[in-house]
Amino acid sequence: MSVCMNADHPLMTVRDLTHMYGNRVGCRDVSFDLHPGEVLAVVGESGSGKTTLLDCVSARLERSSGTVGYQMRDGRMQDLHALSEAERRFLMRTDWGFVHQNPADGLRMNVSAGANVGERLMAVGQRHYGQIREAAMDWLGRVEIDDDRIDDRPGTFSGGMRQRLQIARNLVTGPRLVFMDEPTGGLDVSVQARLLDLLRGLVDDLGLSAIVVTHDLAVARLLSQRMMVMKDGRVIETGLTDRVLDDPQAPYTQLLVSSILQV
Amino acid sequence: MPHKLILDDVAKSFTLHLRDGITLPVVAGVSFHVGGGECVVLGGASGAGKSSILKMVHGNYGVARGEILVMHDGSQVDLAVADPRTVLQVRRRTIGYVSQFLRAIPRVSALDVAAEPLIRAGVDADAARDRTASLFARLNLPERLWSLPPATFSGGEQQRVNIARGFLPDLPILLLDEPTASLDQRNREVVVAMIAEKKQAGTALLGIFHDADVRDAVADRVIDVSQFAESPLAA
Repeated sequence: MSVCMNADHPLMTVRDLTHMYGNRVGCRDVSFDLHPGEVLAVVGESGSGKTTLLDCVSARLERSSGTVGYQMRDGRMQDLHALSEAERRFLMRTDWGFVHQNPADGLRMNVSAGANVGERLMAVGQRHYGQIREAAMDWLGRVEIDDDRIDDRPGTFSGGMRQRLQIARNLVTGPRLVFMDEPTGGLDVSVQARLLDLLRGLVDDLGLSAIVVTHDLAVARLLSQRMMVMKDGRVIETGLTDRVLDDPQAPYTQLLVSSILQV
Repeated sequence: MPHKLILDDVAKSFTLHLRDGITLPVVAGVSFHVGGGECVVLGGASGAGKSSILKMVHGNYGVARGEILVMHDGSQVDLAVADPRTVLQVRRRTIGYVSQFLRAIPRVSALDVAAEPLIRAGVDADAARDRTASLFARLNLPERLWSLPPATFSGGEQQRVNIARGFLPDLPILLLDEPTASLDQRNREVVVAMIAEKKQAGTALLGIFHDADVRDAVADRVIDVSQFAESPLAA
């Protein structure tokens, strides 16, 4: 484990989090704790509020009410929404990663793969060109992108490669928490499997915490230890991932689980 | 010998919301204990709830009523009400599980699948792979398969990967869900010997074995699960 923290204290504490779009509910009264090294899956159909929740807990969207506490690197718990804009941006650049469903939302498409990875390092103050390039090379290797593609732009990459590049860009600064929004959405099944396996290995090796939004229960089963099921903006069931999937309690969860195609 | 696993008045039923909310009773009043060095076998007809009992102890089924007590890191934990993080820690350090089917992970080699719990428990990766390799050899798993993902293996080959994964960590309690169902005679004998060694080492084993020869060879006690059947009328 490269991340050293007190695992007994939550990394993130969410209480009664609500976001309203006017009169419409985005997410309502959501509470959970995320501990260091834990992967939490948030599942539900489109419109269930899972992406709104992800955006609220990652401070990309203002909350309407409730609190999101985060354990800073020095161990202090901080209310995210009380941070200054500069502090919040610093968190996003250093301590957090955000993997978007569409890699184009998380990459700079008009600069090289190496620059996409190196840029995050420069944003945290690294200036030595050789070291930055070396780190970029190392990370491209870890996400299985060949060395000789380092100077190519992501526009020339396949969908799966772009997604792996986005992951490298996010992990190069050694974040403690990664938010993922449908990280395998839109990819071919074989490409998905490779990405999932890669993510699973990285999360394990680095001791990362992650919140993964997905509508794909197989992705949740493979990546997460705990799961929350959302419907109409609320959490309707939560627990160990394999228990929620093997012994679902809520009518809606039973419907979701029974709708999986068996292969 | 203190009891390592105690079930007290445990009950389980399923409520099927998609079937007009009917309740399927599975078991009720399940009370027994397993001591260290003992192999207790759950018996009874198919559908009597043997697997459900194992799954409640492992935690992938919820518990409707009763207590499931284990000693975990020196203190008693009631798995019926333990939070998810506690259950995960219990699985890592106290209760091992050999499931009936291997849930294969794309692209991960058989060796790494089986070595994973050891590595998670803090064993050095090379040492864990060495121990896994020798157990694979003992289970007669052909060496050419070790570096391949088990998804394409035969049922018996997958089961041996699963057995290695469950038997490698030295945990105080081991749950076995038909670990020998798709094995040939020679490999069944290997598993019987492995169970005997676990007993010798003081492990508490709780298992389901359809194969009568294996059951007779390993069981210290057989608990007939049909005595815990709850009739739908009584529910």
